[in-house]
Amino acid sequence: MKEFFDRLKCKECGRSYPKEAVHVCEFDFGPLEATYHYHKIKKYVSRQMIESGPDSMWRYEPFLPLEEEPTVGLHTGMTPLLAAKRLAKILGIKELYIKNDTVNFPTLSFKDRVVSVALSRAKELHYEVVSCASTGNLANSLAAHAAANGFKSYVLIPADLEPAKVIGSLVYNTRVIGIKGSYDKVNRLCSEIAGKYRWAFVNVNFRPYYAEGSKTMGFEILEQMGWKIPDHTVICMASGSLLTKIDKAYQEAILCGLVEEKPYAIHGAQASGCNPITAAFKKGTDLIRPIANPNTIAKSLAIGTPADGYYAIQTIRRTGGYAEDVTDQEIIEGIKILAETEGVFAETAGGVTVGCAKKLIQKGYIPQESQVVLCITGNGLKTAEVLKDHLNPIDVIEPHIQDFDKIVDFEK
Amino acid sequence: MNTMLNEITVRIPTPLRGLTQNKEVVYVSGKTIKELLLNLESQCPGILNRICNEKGEIRRFVNVYLNGEDIRFLNGLDTPLQQRDEVSIVPAIAGG
Repeated sequence: MKEFFDRLKCKECGRSYPKEAVHVCEFDFGPLEATYHYHKIKKYVSRQMIESGPDSMWRYEPFLPLEEEPTVGLHTGMTPLLAAKRLAKILGIKELYIKNDTVNFPTLSFKDRVVSVALSRAKELHYEVVSCASTGNLANSLAAHAAANGFKSYVLIPADLEPAKVIGSLVYNTRVIGIKGSYDKVNRLCSEIAGKYRWAFVNVNFRPYYAEGSKTMGFEILEQMGWKIPDHTVICMASGSLLTKIDKAYQEAILCGLVEEKPYAIHGAQASGCNPITAAFKKGTDLIRPIANPNTIAKSLAIGTPADGYYAIQTIRRTGGYAEDVTDQEIIEGIKILAETEGVFAETAGGVTVGCAKKLIQKGYIPQESQVVLCITGNGLKTAEVLKDHLNPIDVIEPHIQDFDKIVDFEK
Repeated sequence: MNTMLNEITVRIPTPLRGLTQNKEVVYVSGKTIKELLLNLESQCPGILNRICNEKGEIRRFVNVYLNGEDIRFLNGLDTPLQQRDEVSIVPAIAGG
């Protein structure tokens, strides 16, 4: 495997960097990105070879930035792609699919993909302490993978996260540090800590490795679609990284002959209470105006200063996609409609994706005759409290058949 | 200590420490962020180019914070500074 991963390269100026724990260019602060010897990958991979690979994200290992065999997260990925016929009917679309990372292993979100790559790389570079800035899902995943692989871990989160996301980190006996303030403040602090301690901060100094893990969601979509690029892919955006990496996977698959080139559109989804990327897109600019105080129930997307916002906008524009955002009420409706039609319970970010897809279809940005994939990135049990006042109450009765009959009688 | 000097604490990120003799923190005077950056340049030649682009604007992937607040939420480069303020220069690419 080792001959495929080439180097790190600044996405802005193209300067090369060694494959170490660095994430920004020393000259213009541009992000560093992993590059590969694609001519070698192209000779090595085939559809058949990938299909007979491990039943996990690691069947795409040649496209991941490691130098040895992976060691962390060997069971992550290859989540189901569901044909969502009932939801398609309601949204008025011909062909709709749900890429269901609500059941990713082990911590029920797409973050298991990125952490698996980052910690495999952290082992290669002999790091013993791992850390992250997180809105919850990443913290859960980092803590679980650290526990299972003997790393010491620290997770830094905004202090006001959903209880399930806090407990979902604490249970792995990680050190959870709640920061008073928004995610962006957590992030800023982590950048300073990463400059001081020799830790593998997965989304700071290990970000070039970490971010590549998201590509596996894109590769899996292609394979599960029968090695075809879907006409439209709708992806929720926090930093915007996932969206750019799914596009990168599509491009790499074309480059290496796994799929045929065709036009496709990538659409971005945000919550109206924290919409720096969609607002800039709609204004026709690529200058992102940060959101100082995000205010949305989609806390996992509440990043006011999105690191990859600029690149997400470039990707959406290049592919002819659109960017949309939805209110908290529309997010709740999105969660409910997905659960009621397809039996998938998504977290608030999934409600954002469904809600935005609905709007994009209504506004004609996604034509009715097309094929659409929705990327559902996290599990509803982690943000269940947002539904508290939005569901039918339960019927409480005495354990008597007569009482039961009274309830169901009128439904006959 | 001459209080007229208006010394501001400036936190330097790892990628720029080659220009500050590896110092994490430098002390610079200035009445606004812009003036502070110009004075920083005379102390650490070459640093301004790395923080600002050719138009003199803060680069896309650099965030500047005054006492923890992004200066884009304040007055940008014209944000006034006071004694004992702390300015942090932080790479924007992180998180998510």
